[in-house]
Amino acid sequence: MTDRNSYHLTPEEQQRRRRRSIALGLTLGILCILLFAVTMAKLGPQVLNRPL
Amino acid sequence: MNTLSNSLTEPQNESIASNGLSQGDVSDFFALLKPRVMFLVVFTALVGMVVSHPNVNPVLAFVSLLMIAIGGGASGCLNMWWDADIDAVMTRTRKRPIPAGKIQPNEALAFGLTLSAGSVLILGLASNWLAAGLLAFTIFFYVVIYSMWLKRSTPQNIVIGGAAGALPPIVAQAAVTGSVAWDSVILFAIIFMWTPPHFWALALVKSGDYERAGIPMMPNVAGPNSTRFQILAYTVLLAPLGLAPVFFGFGGLAYAIISVVGGLGMLALAIQVYRLREGEPAMRVAQQLFGFSILYLFLLFATLLAEHGFGFFHPVLG
Repeated sequence: MTDRNSYHLTPEEQQRRRRRSIALGLTLGILCILLFAVTMAKLGPQVLNRPL
Repeated sequence: MNTLSNSLTEPQNESIASNGLSQGDVSDFFALLKPRVMFLVVFTALVGMVVSHPNVNPVLAFVSLLMIAIGGGASGCLNMWWDADIDAVMTRTRKRPIPAGKIQPNEALAFGLTLSAGSVLILGLASNWLAAGLLAFTIFFYVVIYSMWLKRSTPQNIVIGGAAGALPPIVAQAAVTGSVAWDSVILFAIIFMWTPPHFWALALVKSGDYERAGIPMMPNVAGPNSTRFQILAYTVLLAPLGLAPVFFGFGGLAYAIISVVGGLGMLALAIQVYRLREGEPAMRVAQQLFGFSILYLFLLFATLLAEHGFGFFHPVLG
């Protein structure tokens, strides 16, 4: 078993990790947009109607 | 599941264990969602929505459909996590990401559970909690009842387990109307009745694969001839059931024609499967039935979509 701290990623592994990170970032971005869109669609202008 | 490490080849085990880091690419994670099954889920769910003629915000309908698709994908992912050991010994499935050593089982488990919880939660927020509960039940039924229990213990596995694959139209209708009506129940019944002839036709061709994996599919347990009879029996029930939307008023003229022609095609092939029992012709006709059954279901649902979504509906009765 290689020591995890001393393990160096191969270029291919680095590329795969980069692609996973980009996909995760995009997924989280889309999730935020979806939740915003659902909030707007369900509440509309009422979203601002709250006690200050 | 327990014998997965024994089923994997040495390099695969090594790549998984060498550094504890994920080896999977984005495409491998996408493959875990069973994209082709997900397409069927989206398609049947969309038809379940469209025949309901809902008065619902299109954004909410789109998000609901997306969550049903992701829930379907999540259940496929959890199925692959659980069945990785048998996937490794079947030619049809041995290149899937887990048996191929590209994704660790624990990664697939975490991925599947996260997507399951997320899709149910967001569906509940976007539509209603009846739909979310039905989606959660669908995932539970496919993963626990079908994958963990029935698949390895009874030749009726795909008959009962077929309910999970048939539920998306009901979930979709509940999402856009807040209730479940007859039309989505009929769509459920059609998919449910279609599943045994569809899968048993494949099982006749791939019976060696299933036997090697120790899965009690009908041809391995009851024998090929009994399976051929049961395929015919289910098809005899399926063909008239395919016409039910016409009698319930949501299948129009085009649908009536497609369901009669398609039903007769299914019956003709099922009779051929029953009659031809030996050698290459028997395998070929079983393969044809498997392929035609996909086309049949696709045409039934595509016609309903065209009739209700694009204004091609011409009533047959009344």
